[in-house]
Amino acid sequence: MKEINELNLPTDVRYSDDHEWAKVTGDTIKVGISDYAQDQLGDIVFVELPEVGDSFEAGDEFGTLESVKAVSELYIPVGGEIVAVNNELEDAPELVNQDPYNGWIIELKPNDISDLDSLLDRDAYLEILKGD
Amino acid sequence: MSAEIKSTLLHQWHVENGANMAAFGAYDMPLWYPQGAKGEHLAVINSAGLFDTSHMAVLTIEGDGARVLLQNCFSKDLEHCLGLKKGPLTKGRSAYGLFLAPEGHVLDDSIVSQVADSFYMVVVNAGMGKGVAEYLAEYKETLEAEITDLTDKVGKIDIQGRNSAKILARVLKDSDQVFSSFPYFSFKGWYDKSLDIAQTVLLTDDTPIMLSRTGYTGEFGFEIFVSPEKLVSVWKMLLDAGADYSLQPCGLAARDSLRAGAVLPLSHQDIGDWPFANNPWPFALADKGEDGIFTKEFIGSKALISLYSPDHTLPFAGFDPRKMVVSDKSYVTDGGGTNVGVILTCATDMAIGRVGDEIVSVAPGDGKPEDFVPRGLSCGFIKVVRSFDPGDIVVLTDGKRKIKVEIREDVRPDRTARRPIKEML
Repeated sequence: MKEINELNLPTDVRYSDDHEWAKVTGDTIKVGISDYAQDQLGDIVFVELPEVGDSFEAGDEFGTLESVKAVSELYIPVGGEIVAVNNELEDAPELVNQDPYNGWIIELKPNDISDLDSLLDRDAYLEILKGD
Repeated sequence: MSAEIKSTLLHQWHVENGANMAAFGAYDMPLWYPQGAKGEHLAVINSAGLFDTSHMAVLTIEGDGARVLLQNCFSKDLEHCLGLKKGPLTKGRSAYGLFLAPEGHVLDDSIVSQVADSFYMVVVNAGMGKGVAEYLAEYKETLEAEITDLTDKVGKIDIQGRNSAKILARVLKDSDQVFSSFPYFSFKGWYDKSLDIAQTVLLTDDTPIMLSRTGYTGEFGFEIFVSPEKLVSVWKMLLDAGADYSLQPCGLAARDSLRAGAVLPLSHQDIGDWPFANNPWPFALADKGEDGIFTKEFIGSKALISLYSPDHTLPFAGFDPRKMVVSDKSYVTDGGGTNVGVILTCATDMAIGRVGDEIVSVAPGDGKPEDFVPRGLSCGFIKVVRSFDPGDIVVLTDGKRKIKVEIREDVRPDRTARRPIKEML
């Protein structure tokens, strides 16, 4: 298991306290899980993805991640409509383990991009991890 | 960490090597190492893996009454258990069976090994040493049999996978002699020098080991018993010797997924405090004659003959790697949506996948497409209130998610546990 100081926590994404990350690319947001989350879950063997076009409110469950250890619900950090899902994960779910910030899960068009402001920056997320 | 949590002598090694640790029974044990449980599972199928199993408990029973005590208590008939001819258990051989309560419920499963004429080794599950020792003492009556609970006093390492013997050969002083004849469920040597047979199996540094052709993965391999003070050095010696075979330290997650695919039960999860009946493991009991009577009487045998249990424990396999977490909320439904029982085990065997109607393994074997890449299949056991046939479909659910699975007789094909040792050297 990684020590907190070994975790890869980039500064160009925002984090939720459910251990998802969100990154703005133009007018859409990509969402994945943090290095901490993938390390805790262990090998991810299956990702259940939503459909393109599905709409979610912030905090809604949008899919599940199956690891060797558990089945974990994924909660959307920002409300919006799914514009893309990472289909590569269907055949290679391990991409989430290998590089959690390139192994994005969904891309969404946010209802209100200012919702992003309620998410945590790296330092605030790190404080949560230290408290865990 | 609470004071009750114990650790094996390899605990520091596990932590220093990045293991993800978790409590299993009373022990803090590795779930997986940085390689990950999938890689560890595949290492055992493709080459070999190393497991710290020192949390398991060892008992010895010594004395003129030892065999009679075991015949009274152990579910396997030691006079009719060996080979196709069902000969008696002899020195150097082992048998798998159960210790049952009088009502036919399982106290624990065990491997009993005959070490000498009146000396037996009994390996039970983590934390069960005291309970099984007390159970045996209760039924000892006037028999001359000294029961010793060696919990935490014997180190144990399992090396499992097709290259296990090749790796062991590099650390054995005389591997030709050790491997000259070594059937499944036999053993050689002893783990301390108190017995002469300890000279039979020595490592290159003169460490005596008890080497047993048993395991809990369904794959070819050995269980190694060693003095506690030698546990860490033997572990490191094996890892060094197996480096160019990609020998992988493996945690409990891989152990669980490997044994689930091999249709082996986990005590207190798949078998336990309920009647041992209608399940895939009748081989754990004494044989029955045509009259339906066991070849011997043992604690629980009368109950097993007379009881009627509607429950059936059945193996299953899914159609993809998705699994259902076993919890108070999880249950099994039949095709019509009726709740028919509970999930006992649900794991993902990462070495297998479906090709058409067949389950195939990544292991070398027949019938596998050349470009086969296993995605893994969920598998395990359900306990349901009626019988189903192999091929029947049931649904695992937690009330929210639903996963269709197929009732199976077997799950992972091309397993190697029973291969003749000469094919594996």
